[in-house]
Amino acid sequence: MVGSYLHKDPWWMTTLIYVFLIVFTIATIYPIIVVINVSLRPGNMLHTTSLSLIPKNATLEAYRTLFLHKPFLRWLFNSTIVSGMVTILGVSLASTAGYAFSRFRFRGHDFGMIVLITTQMFPVTMLLVPLFIMLISLHLYDTFLGLVIAYSATVLPFCIWQMKGYYDTISVSLEEAARIDGASHFGAFYQIVLPLAAPALVITALFSFMGAWSEYLVAAVILNDKTLYTLPLGLKQFQSNFDTEWGLYAAGAVIVCIPVVALFLVLSRWLISGLTLGSVKG
Amino acid sequence: MSTVMATTAIKGFFADLKRNRLAYYYTLPAFLVMGIVILYPFLYNIVISFSNMSLTHFRDWHFVGLRQYGRVFADPLFYATFGKTLAWTIINVFFHVVIGVGLALILNRPLRGRAIFRTLLILPWAVPQYITALTWRGMFHYRYGEVNLVLIKLFGLPPIEWLSTPLGAFGACLITNIWLGFPFMMVIALGGLQSIPHELYEAAEVDGAGRFQQLKNITLPLLKPVMIPAISLGIIWTFNNFNVVWLVSNGGQPADSTHILVSYVYKSVFNYYRYGYGAALSMVIFFILLLISVNFIKRTKGTKGVY
Repeated sequence: MVGSYLHKDPWWMTTLIYVFLIVFTIATIYPIIVVINVSLRPGNMLHTTSLSLIPKNATLEAYRTLFLHKPFLRWLFNSTIVSGMVTILGVSLASTAGYAFSRFRFRGHDFGMIVLITTQMFPVTMLLVPLFIMLISLHLYDTFLGLVIAYSATVLPFCIWQMKGYYDTISVSLEEAARIDGASHFGAFYQIVLPLAAPALVITALFSFMGAWSEYLVAAVILNDKTLYTLPLGLKQFQSNFDTEWGLYAAGAVIVCIPVVALFLVLSRWLISGLTLGSVKG
Repeated sequence: MSTVMATTAIKGFFADLKRNRLAYYYTLPAFLVMGIVILYPFLYNIVISFSNMSLTHFRDWHFVGLRQYGRVFADPLFYATFGKTLAWTIINVFFHVVIGVGLALILNRPLRGRAIFRTLLILPWAVPQYITALTWRGMFHYRYGEVNLVLIKLFGLPPIEWLSTPLGAFGACLITNIWLGFPFMMVIALGGLQSIPHELYEAAEVDGAGRFQQLKNITLPLLKPVMIPAISLGIIWTFNNFNVVWLVSNGGQPADSTHILVSYVYKSVFNYYRYGYGAALSMVIFFILLLISVNFIKRTKGTKGVY
């Protein structure tokens, strides 16, 4: 059916494709519309059997309650700090380690790559109990630092693979030329290669940020102090109370989604090149 | 003899350390962090899996050999949950790939407004998983959930008891996870399609190959090397996807009937405090997944000669 685009489609085919695409796209974004809808419902209308896209008597009441009467700003602040730190750590560690895996044939190179993939197969339950015990003995339990280290480690394997694949597509001759001109090894990496790898760096930053911004389980195990709660922990509290706080949950969810969705949309062009280039040529 | 070998090995290592010093500097920080958070807990978990650690034996635990592993394999529920996990993985990855590649094929054509469709269709990936799961759980509510309302009002169908029956809850988890997973495959497939040289289609055209033949003989085979790593990752991630199952079914409800292996372990560790048992079961899950992945990667590489 599809595959080549040398032919021009007959009109009925184009129509069919559009109908399919439109129906499928509506079905895809429908849950997102639902969350927005619930967040705008007045408190006495949370339970409704109406399917209208904009609720009757739409109000921003839930948002107001969220910011003024709930510790939502606190959670937002905590999540921003944690995600920001994980992004910085993730990008700096993955960009250097990925570079080493791309350019050097050191001992343990292949083994290291296999280890990275293997870590993805560990069920999260395997790491939680030991991590919990270890963080207590290191006095990192119930601290952001503990959470940041845990998150960084979980996003690193994928990010290193990703960066390595992208570096592989950048020609070595550029660095060699820079070396001949007197640049140090690190200088060649930092000034020549890193700027060229910008698309992959952006993707790595995005994944590091999302990994921390969206994580629920590890945070639930590591954080106990309610003033340290991140967004997922806070929102889960609302959701477990379907009757009264469903609107608050929805309003919180909308706000949580805005930065990640915005990032995704801005970066979606780079997502395709940054993510696949490595695997195509590598 | 062996000391000689050991010393040469160590000498070789130090020689390599000198030659590739920079490589070690570059990788050390990352592996240090992963060593603390992943490797150490992994080793610790192996130790616990041979012990009787539980709530009553938290500090005074001792080794019990393979007893915990014996318990895992003696439990009929383990086999049932394993079967369910396999079904969960296969159904999810199948739909992710079919929907993702299908949409990519459509969106790779010169189509007015395709950028808009592409952007909107990526959205499920951008939404944090826990929000996806919690929101869908609300949407599966029997009386007020949008899924049933759409079924009744738009299609005139009877409502379905999504969250209160085992089959319904499993279906709800599946739908949620399929929704959030296809954009990843779509993005990968789009990237792969863009890298296929246009001349191949022109040549095929000259040879009189039809559209279906072009799809079968050019597009799909050339898409395969891009999709295989993505599918491998998809299998690994789906097999252990805790979030969706746990949050949609609210901890395996109804009555612990909605579990895949990873949520089943979580329950026994964090709700029943059976640390030793949980550690052993975690090890078993890891090895099952390792076997599946190695097998999958080997098989798909074995057919590489085709193109």
